[in-house]
Amino acid sequence: MKGSKWVNVARELKGNKLGIAAVILLLVITLAAIFAFLSSKDPNQINALERLKPPGQGHWFGTDDYGRDTFARALYGGRVSLMVGFLSMIIATAIGVTVGIISGYFGGWIDSLLMRFLDIIMSIPSFLILLLLSVYLKPSVGNIIIIISLLMWMSISRVVRAETMALKQREYVLYAKASGQSSFRIIWKHILPGLLSVIIVSATNNIASAIMMESSLSFLGFGVHQPDATWGSMLNGAQGYIAQAPYMAVFPGLLIFLTVLCFNILGDILRIGLEPKLGKR
Amino acid sequence: MRRLIVRRLLQTLPMLFFVSIVCFILVKVAPGDPVRSFVTPNMHAADIERIRHNLGLDKPAYIQYFIWLKECLTGNFGYSLVNHKPVLGQIVERLPATAGLMASAIALAVILAIPMGLVAGANRNRWVDKLVNMIAYIGISLPLFWLAILLMYFFSIKMHWLPSMGMRTIGTNSALDVIKHGLLPCVVLAIGFLTVYVRYIRSSTISQLKEDYVQIQYAFGSAKRIILFRHVLKHVLLPVITLLGMSMGDLVAGAIVTETVFSWPGIGSLGMTAVRGMDYPVIMGITLFSSVLLILGNLLADILYGIVDPRIKTTR
Repeated sequence: MKGSKWVNVARELKGNKLGIAAVILLLVITLAAIFAFLSSKDPNQINALERLKPPGQGHWFGTDDYGRDTFARALYGGRVSLMVGFLSMIIATAIGVTVGIISGYFGGWIDSLLMRFLDIIMSIPSFLILLLLSVYLKPSVGNIIIIISLLMWMSISRVVRAETMALKQREYVLYAKASGQSSFRIIWKHILPGLLSVIIVSATNNIASAIMMESSLSFLGFGVHQPDATWGSMLNGAQGYIAQAPYMAVFPGLLIFLTVLCFNILGDILRIGLEPKLGKR
Repeated sequence: MRRLIVRRLLQTLPMLFFVSIVCFILVKVAPGDPVRSFVTPNMHAADIERIRHNLGLDKPAYIQYFIWLKECLTGNFGYSLVNHKPVLGQIVERLPATAGLMASAIALAVILAIPMGLVAGANRNRWVDKLVNMIAYIGISLPLFWLAILLMYFFSIKMHWLPSMGMRTIGTNSALDVIKHGLLPCVVLAIGFLTVYVRYIRSSTISQLKEDYVQIQYAFGSAKRIILFRHVLKHVLLPVITLLGMSMGDLVAGAIVTETVFSWPGIGSLGMTAVRGMDYPVIMGITLFSSVLLILGNLLADILYGIVDPRIKTTR
């Protein structure tokens, strides 16, 4: 059963040129970010003579207002942006799945309590909370990851809760219950495997939104601080030099856009492949 | 119908109460002493204590909360720590700029989304649909602040067609001037809304086309175009109202980034300034204000949906 689902995904991917392009592009961006240290340029090397150079020989993406190589900064910035995306997704998924399963499986007052709590958090505009928390906590990559994941787990837990409630009614779960297995064992052995596809799909989409949130925060100057680069903070720097050096704004933004686009495309392919009952959009 | 409204209102009240607690805590746990903005170097410790007492900061936190809540309910959101003006007054003063920008962005998005969603839904999996899907993909993946910078570069700096910041040219007071300033931020915000609306309208068109009334029209020999724009449109349009209700929550938070990039003098940029200056009463006021709008927007959406589609009563 599980195998056939992945066959579905593979088939969906095969017929989808856009999907293949997205996977390849993501691999290239990820590998470039991981192996950024192979680049001969230092991303934080200040060079007063090379300020605001347009893209060309020596500097593929040009240089910024401190004469730093924008290409090297984009590589290292990609590291931070992708890492924030992945780690926030993992933490948010862990919290969301736990809360969703507890809420959906046990029901009753635990469920109402958790869901009301969710309603309350969701009724405060999340970007506002994001801004507030990033002002309170010291701006560091770790704190940004924690803040973003604390704002992202709610949507996953709603989906997981609904799916758990459906799985709970399945016969094999009812049999397991009747045979006296512990709740923990039932959840681990029978519920969690059934949730896998929902979790994978929302996790993929969450990487995209985490990268977007980090970029917006860093763009406003509340994310990761100088001299460390992220794509968002590079855009923040570029804003002041938009008239003299527009290329400074083009590349980091393009990288955010392409990365988020690829994750969104991938998320849709996974959804169609893993959850055929939802049908093609 | 009335029962639905009453029930939803009763659900909303505790929500508002808890949200106000969360807002209070968010600001209470913030670093920094609110007294500091009143302190001058030659003050005695006793003076500082007196200020603390006057601000009510020497009382237990839960009493401070109720005092704050009571004041809020009577329309007193406190005073800014930076310019000492009343918070509510500042929000109200900035509201028209934000509301005007948002209303025009939503209007633009709806006007574009309806034909796009209808045509895409009616031609499922054909090239028009794929094109619209592609646009929607691009729309959700595009960092709006990047789009804002690029548009500003092209239209303001390179071509000099539109002003790049603010809401008015100093010394002029014409509607055309405001429209020129607002065009770029409006387009940026509209793209954000457009993608959500298009997806919604497209999928509701697809489900409407399966309904009996459409089949009957086909059987009568009506042209597809007429069925689509005369009959399906009506059914698709009504739920769009509920989308508008939900957009109310974005009124403040949705515009923070765009307003900041274009220096648009709205609530979003007020919030940004407050966050930068750690101006807690203003932050608290804006957070509470936008949360209340979000909750009321959802309430409005639910009630409107109940009016539009009475079947909802039985399922909720």
